[in-house]
Amino acid sequence: MFAIIRRDLLIAARRKSEVLTALFFFVIVTSLFPLGIGPEPTLLKKIAPGVLWVAALLATMLGLQRMFAPDHADGTLEQMALAPTPFGLLVAGKVVAHWLVSGLPLVLLAPVLGIQFDLDAGALGILVVALMLGTPLLSLIGAIGAALTLGVRGGGVLLSLLVLPLYVPALIFGAGAVEAHISGLGAGGHLSLLAALLALAVFFAPWATTAALRIALE
Amino acid sequence: MNNKIINWFKFASPQSFYPLAGRMIPWFWALTAIFTVAGLWISFFVAPTDAQQGEGYRIIFIHVPASWMSMFIYLVMAFWAGLGLALNTRLSGMMAQALAPTGALMAFLSLWTGAFWGKPMWGTWWVWDARLTSELILFFLYIGFIALQAAIDDPRRADKAGAILALVGAVNIPIIYFSVKWWNTLHQGSSVNLAKSSMAQTMLWGMLLMALAFWMYAIAVALTRARAIILERERHTEWIKEVVR
Repeated sequence: MFAIIRRDLLIAARRKSEVLTALFFFVIVTSLFPLGIGPEPTLLKKIAPGVLWVAALLATMLGLQRMFAPDHADGTLEQMALAPTPFGLLVAGKVVAHWLVSGLPLVLLAPVLGIQFDLDAGALGILVVALMLGTPLLSLIGAIGAALTLGVRGGGVLLSLLVLPLYVPALIFGAGAVEAHISGLGAGGHLSLLAALLALAVFFAPWATTAALRIALE
Repeated sequence: MNNKIINWFKFASPQSFYPLAGRMIPWFWALTAIFTVAGLWISFFVAPTDAQQGEGYRIIFIHVPASWMSMFIYLVMAFWAGLGLALNTRLSGMMAQALAPTGALMAFLSLWTGAFWGKPMWGTWWVWDARLTSELILFFLYIGFIALQAAIDDPRRADKAGAILALVGAVNIPIIYFSVKWWNTLHQGSSVNLAKSSMAQTMLWGMLLMALAFWMYAIAVALTRARAIILERERHTEWIKEVVR
């Protein structure tokens, strides 16, 4: 599993442009909102959690297709399925690598963008914690979609159609945590629910992904 | 000689299911017609005018059954999908595929009639209420399922991939429902309060009859569609050539 993570990270490091594209996409999308809505600080502060979260959803979507497609194309995926190591474990490794490449940078970048939206230090902290819990969830759910659409006509658009409705709970609790903190309700409940969803997904998602991949490899 | 025990798996084969479905379809259409006529008659002529909502409330006789069916069909679809994955039967996948468009139609109908109902009652076509939003997401899930099946050329692979998606969706529906519910209540007090006064007996009957009518319609249409799918997928076999001749 760690070998898979190391390998995927190495591949990502050799192709920096793909990783950076998603990252800059995140930055640009969030910067477009103030331009479209107007620079009023109170309004921006109100929409900031939602905007940052939606942009994060879309940015993680960009990398999803590459999670399995290149390995499927050159046959590596089949070798993984035949390997003595459980396939689910290897798939989990690929999901972790995807999160490290396209989720973690978003978490680290989000506070900087949050400052643009006039969020205070406490709200920024909650935002980072919420994204820290939420982005692995996005990678896990997205992996199911990526596996289902592997080698399918029009896979990219289809992938977003399949995955985005399933992202709704993560979006609600993630953006809700920051919002609850801003309005003084405390973010604990939202963060706990997000963590609960993550625990569920860690257990079930690699399993479903593996089943979907086996179908694609048949 | 155990003829008393029905061999259920007999009808898991498309060849024996095809004529069975053909025999069942007219019956379900007849039931649909009976329940529709009875339901519509009660809902238009027998059920009293609502004290608060006037005549406009009568759209619930379409709206509520459509919403029920949209959720129920998803469960049935997920059931067939799971069965197909577990037992590797061809027919299960065909049934799931046959049910999806009807389910999507019901979800759409529910949203549409809901908007027509909301405009005179709440003064707005759409509110981000928990039920409306989860129905909308259910509609998206149906569309995703149909799109995934349409995009995969190999029917067996399409069935299996669709089955996994349907099961993932079925697990997610309660999560989505509750998250949307809490999202709405945490944001603001529910702006819409469905003042459910105890419903008149006749209204309830009208609604139940219409629900039955929708149910029978869904079965009839799904069976018809399943027959069409069988014809399309088994077209290379001998028995289809016999049937079509």
